[in-house]
Amino acid sequence: MPKRTDLKSILILGAGPIVIGQACEFDYSGVQACKALRAEGYRVVLVNSNPATIMTDPETADAVYIEPVEWETVTRILERERPDALLPTMGGQTALNCALDLFRHGVLQRLGVELIGAKVEAIEKAEDRELFSKAMRAIGLEMPEAVFCRSVAEALQAAETVGFPAVVRPSFTLGGTGGGIAADAAELAAIAGRGIEASPIGQILVEQSVLGWKEFEMEVVRDRADNCVIVCAIENVDPMGVHTGDSITVAPALTLTDKEYQRMREASFAVIREIGVETGGSNVQFAIDPRTGRMVVIEMNPRVSRSSALASKATGFPIAKVAARLAVGYTLDELGNEITRVTPASFEPAIDYVVVKCPRFAFEKFKGAQTRLGTQMKSVGEVMAIGRTFQEALQKALRGLEIGAAGLERRGPELDGEGLTAALAEPGPERLFAVAEALRLGWPKGQVESLTGIDPWFVDQLAELVEVEQALAGRSLVELDAGRMRALKRMGFSDRRLAQLLQLKEAAVREHRQQLGVRPVFLRVDTCAAEFASETPYLYSSYEEQCEARPTSREKVMILGAGPNRIGQGIEFDYCCVHAAMALREAGIETIMVNCNPETVSTDYDTADRLYFEPLTLEDVLEVIAVEQPRGVIVQLGGQTPLKLARGLEAAGVPILGTSPDAIDVAEDRARFQALLHTLGLKQPDNATATTMAEALTKAEGLGFPLVVRPSYVLGGRAMAIARSQAELAGYLAEAFAAAEEQPVLIDRYLRDAIEVDVDALSDGTDVVIGGVMEHIEQAGVHSGDSACALPPYSLAPTLQTEIRRQTVALARALGVVGLMNVQFAVAGGEVFVLEVNPRAARTVPFVAKATGRPLAKLAARVMAGATLAELGVTEEKLPTMASVKEAVLPFRRFPGADPMLGPEMKSTGEVMGSGESFAEAYAKAQLGAGVRLPLAGKVAIEVAAEDAPGLVAVADHLRLLGFEVLAGAGTAEALAGLGYPIGRVEGELDGVTLALASGTGAAELRAAATGRKIPCYTTIAGLAAGARAIQRMREGPLPPRSLLEVAG
Amino acid sequence: MAAALSRIDPPSTPGLLALADGTLFRGRALGAHGRTCGEVVFNTAMTGYQEVVSDPSYHQQIVTLTAAHVGVVGVNADDEEGRGPQVAGLVVRDAPRMFASWRGRESLGAYLQRAGVVAVADIDTRRLTHLLRERGAMAGCVAAGEAARDEAGCVAAARAFPGLQGAALAEAVSVPEPAGWTAGSVRWLEGHVREGMSDAAGPEGHVREGMSPGAAGHVVAFDFGIKRNILRLLVDRGLRVTVVPAATTASQALALRPDGIFLSNGPGDPEPLQAQQAAIRELVAAGLPVFGICLGHQLLCLALGARTFKMKFGHHGANHPVRELASGRVLITSQNHGFAADPATLPAALRATHVSLFDGSLQGVELADRPVFSFQGHPEASPGPRELAGLFDRFAREVSAGRTTKGV
Repeated sequence: MPKRTDLKSILILGAGPIVIGQACEFDYSGVQACKALRAEGYRVVLVNSNPATIMTDPETADAVYIEPVEWETVTRILERERPDALLPTMGGQTALNCALDLFRHGVLQRLGVELIGAKVEAIEKAEDRELFSKAMRAIGLEMPEAVFCRSVAEALQAAETVGFPAVVRPSFTLGGTGGGIAADAAELAAIAGRGIEASPIGQILVEQSVLGWKEFEMEVVRDRADNCVIVCAIENVDPMGVHTGDSITVAPALTLTDKEYQRMREASFAVIREIGVETGGSNVQFAIDPRTGRMVVIEMNPRVSRSSALASKATGFPIAKVAARLAVGYTLDELGNEITRVTPASFEPAIDYVVVKCPRFAFEKFKGAQTRLGTQMKSVGEVMAIGRTFQEALQKALRGLEIGAAGLERRGPELDGEGLTAALAEPGPERLFAVAEALRLGWPKGQVESLTGIDPWFVDQLAELVEVEQALAGRSLVELDAGRMRALKRMGFSDRRLAQLLQLKEAAVREHRQQLGVRPVFLRVDTCAAEFASETPYLYSSYEEQCEARPTSREKVMILGAGPNRIGQGIEFDYCCVHAAMALREAGIETIMVNCNPETVSTDYDTADRLYFEPLTLEDVLEVIAVEQPRGVIVQLGGQTPLKLARGLEAAGVPILGTSPDAIDVAEDRARFQALLHTLGLKQPDNATATTMAEALTKAEGLGFPLVVRPSYVLGGRAMAIARSQAELAGYLAEAFAAAEEQPVLIDRYLRDAIEVDVDALSDGTDVVIGGVMEHIEQAGVHSGDSACALPPYSLAPTLQTEIRRQTVALARALGVVGLMNVQFAVAGGEVFVLEVNPRAARTVPFVAKATGRPLAKLAARVMAGATLAELGVTEEKLPTMASVKEAVLPFRRFPGADPMLGPEMKSTGEVMGSGESFAEAYAKAQLGAGVRLPLAGKVAIEVAAEDAPGLVAVADHLRLLGFEVLAGAGTAEALAGLGYPIGRVEGELDGVTLALASGTGAAELRAAATGRKIPCYTTIAGLAAGARAIQRMREGPLPPRSLLEVAG
Repeated sequence: MAAALSRIDPPSTPGLLALADGTLFRGRALGAHGRTCGEVVFNTAMTGYQEVVSDPSYHQQIVTLTAAHVGVVGVNADDEEGRGPQVAGLVVRDAPRMFASWRGRESLGAYLQRAGVVAVADIDTRRLTHLLRERGAMAGCVAAGEAARDEAGCVAAARAFPGLQGAALAEAVSVPEPAGWTAGSVRWLEGHVREGMSDAAGPEGHVREGMSPGAAGHVVAFDFGIKRNILRLLVDRGLRVTVVPAATTASQALALRPDGIFLSNGPGDPEPLQAQQAAIRELVAAGLPVFGICLGHQLLCLALGARTFKMKFGHHGANHPVRELASGRVLITSQNHGFAADPATLPAALRATHVSLFDGSLQGVELADRPVFSFQGHPEASPGPRELAGLFDRFAREVSAGRTTKGV
């Protein structure tokens, strides 16, 4: 069947900000869909509030709206654009829910917009657990025993049927939000209450636990002629009980006989047919009882997903691209396999390697939060590795995680028997290491299997690695001849891990290995286990006999990606790497991407000319370089990950493009940086460095409180805090020294009520051009990544802006920046202080590019490759014509127990952008995009530290003027009364309260209460003040959607 | 040190694959020691190594499996497709030291060793597959233990292997005498009693009563190297099955008063099997429903006047898309053949029903005026997708229908 010609224009919904459970995999999918549909000649309209995505680039779609993905905004866009169809399956749960809302409000019907990819009935049947369970029974598939409940009482009653432990799954939530596993009635009551709250329809499923069962996922694709294929079967190493997003997973499924696999395959097709997904990709999850083989269906997602992105990367079969084309009428056999170019897409990939995915966690950011894993996803990123065996792939994945692990070494302190038993039985972020530790201590494999529920085969694979490690202890390098070295490398041992085991330096192992001629080859991900030739250079390393890299002799540049997403380093950096690939490709330079994050656009096999799916360690990168021999390597676009490799690469003689590693060091090294500022006559807050606790406490006396504490060389403000007293300082220092890993800890004088300003600039080593000057809404002291910011500045005096620009240019010149640079300033008392300089792309780069219409990352890549700014026509700052605001999105709901207070340690996972004619309009949109529904009326509850009370008067006045009743907590009310500003008291259960401000440790109770009741809650006065301006704007009328062309044309 | 580092030391029992072109692949022994020769082919199926290894169609073939790990779930009695391993040799990348499955009863290595099948592990099977793809299926010699140390001898042995072109092998793997088959599919976990090929079924697997014997009619199945799952699927459909030797003549077959004739898969070149082609011609002329699979399909085509040829490296895998020409639908199929019928030579009466979407080769035919049809791939799956199981339903319908008209 050919494509549909009755459709001319299609609107695609994106997934909005990066949150836990919904990350850049939807940018990858959405970009593929946009590209595929445009190539078919359709006009594509895109809506997504996330500016850090490639899909919101002006080139990706015919019209791009960086607007909130919620039905009212989308309605206005549909009214403007009048597309024929809407594709809701590329933007995760957010897009599906938005599409359902548009249907329920009659918008799609009124405007004659057809849903393609998945119909309403199919979405409802898949997402509504009650309908889903009925559908499964209808086709004879089993599900775990389960009862739907709408109250805690019903849940407790249900437990009598399903027994304990009982699993709670809220209906219609993302990544299991609000769910959990209850061991007893008390836990069930708590989890059920939270789950009912979290579900948009107030419903939960109380389900029989299939804890410890084997867990599998099948990625199915179906076309409208009812042809179905399985793209990939994924097996979870962590059995049922750990959310698949938090599980170590492996592809293909390894522990099934063909009979079991075919049964699951047929069940997957039965599910997609019964649910009624007519075209596109779906994910079906199964659990299998390891003792009897009994199989149950767990759930189904009628859309592309994190798993489908993983499956695409794992097999070379681009599910989203295919799904988009199937949605407009093609059948699978009409689409080609782009990797082999000789076979059709109607086949099932055969793979001759093993793919391992490991989740990356960020519990250290959320003190007080439980680290136990369950049905609710908590990881913030993931890494994928490809090897010819499970062991090789697993060890590559572990080192790709960048958690300091070189392999299976012990993590953290030595545990006693009880501690280790708990670490095995209660899945936490590092359980795999506990398994290795137990095996190392000689625990029987059977005991490890029964405590963890991990399949005996996987346990034995780990046991084998541990045995080899133990055999290596105390050996000398000369004992490792070429045969042994090759055998070790074939098992995936990194040079660094071998060095640890042999008590040597990594470089010594590498040198020895290379002298023995033991080098990896690069093999192609070809969808067909080498049955057909592959023209697509999508490669991974392995220690085999025949290299398939076939490098070209063209001029080429290597781009190092950002590795797994983590808090502080996410999609923004992938965006920059992708832009570099685009820009260099346009300039005729061959691009080579190295990255290991399966969610991203950068690891799509057609983003760069050549893709190496490899861990970003010195060893792995050097081996790619040895084969490719690029002209140079770009390290400044992928965040800290590649930057950390710069020195090692340079030492190995690899040319680093752009800013020199030495200049990077000047910016990172506190002493050298201070000297530079001194030379330039620039100020920074009084500060000191210390290498011991005692030294820090003494120096703190000299500086005076409050102080900011921070370890050097860390990401996202890790272990940063503001100490107001000697006692507080002592507490924070312990953690700071731990995080600093033997680097000094810095203490700065904290500038009270300072305005923070972020500047991105481009430099070619001679000329410097400002990219954008952004004023933060939250005061200095809140991590820049967690603070909202406005471009252009909304309150900063023009003279100060000019001074900031002057200082930025001076810094860029002095450092010899070639490429991008980001500077953070604080403005206090009319004076400008430099807080820090990052001679690399910052997370603000995509936002600035979207707000100003200038592609900073592309320009930076061109500059690094040798062009001058003048040659590129970039001579002056491009000032935005509209106001734009970037707002951070925080994951506190995922971490019950953690205090949702903003501070110097970054905690946000993603961001949104809003644009409008005024700051107020832009901020209002940004709030809506971040999921904050600001009230137009009601009561405002306020609680701040007494010393901050004076700052409340203006905002309280503004809110009263808008008709709000303003109430304060006892301490705050007293403080205000003392200032002659009488105010009502917050009382009881926050009745009628629609907005809150709860700042400082004293307001934790109000913060928790407001968050629990889903009342928008600011944690800074500045935030509330901006909120009040937004509310005023919202009361004046609806916020008109604006296409990117209108914002920055 | 040798003991402690055994996992990374050179194998104490080496393994070798020597190709006729002189290429050597060194690894370690997995199955029995000794050496055997055969045609080296690769199979890309990701599950079902036991079904592959026990498939009699692989007689005189050395199979390399492209899957990364082979042996993870061990072997069990239910997944046998023949009487123990049938391949001449097996070549794999990684054979893990332990297996784990609720169904597993024995390790792959022990199973191969017990049957005297030579196998090697730790081979770069991707390089081997690449080579076979480029140069075509090739004669090879697989050796394990002391035999693997004589590399030159292995190459010479590989060169001496005559190849499969012109090789008539069906009779070598066929049953010696006609025998009833009564076992249906194992219905684990579907609420049914375990039946059929259980551990207790005896070495032949021919001994137990199936579920509904013979209700739908009697099928005489020519055993050219038949896969057990074909028999199970016939029994599942209520057919009484008599398995007959490959040398059975038409009159011998007709003497069994069949309601339908099944022509099985099997090893080797179909072309020299002249007697079988003659028998098939007579059986078709007798008006009986005929269903052929793989070699059976090729023999039917030859019997009716088409020609066959040897393919470069054949089709061996579980992911092959095939178009069903009548409906236009695409079916994912299991494949294992090195010869194929040439569609250009089909007589007018024999029309193509299925075509491979990988290379356009002929995958199925039928006679327009008679209930006679065949399929090149493996509708019985095992391993692989079961999407063509409908062909067995069609055959059962034809058999029953023929029976009704005959008034039996």
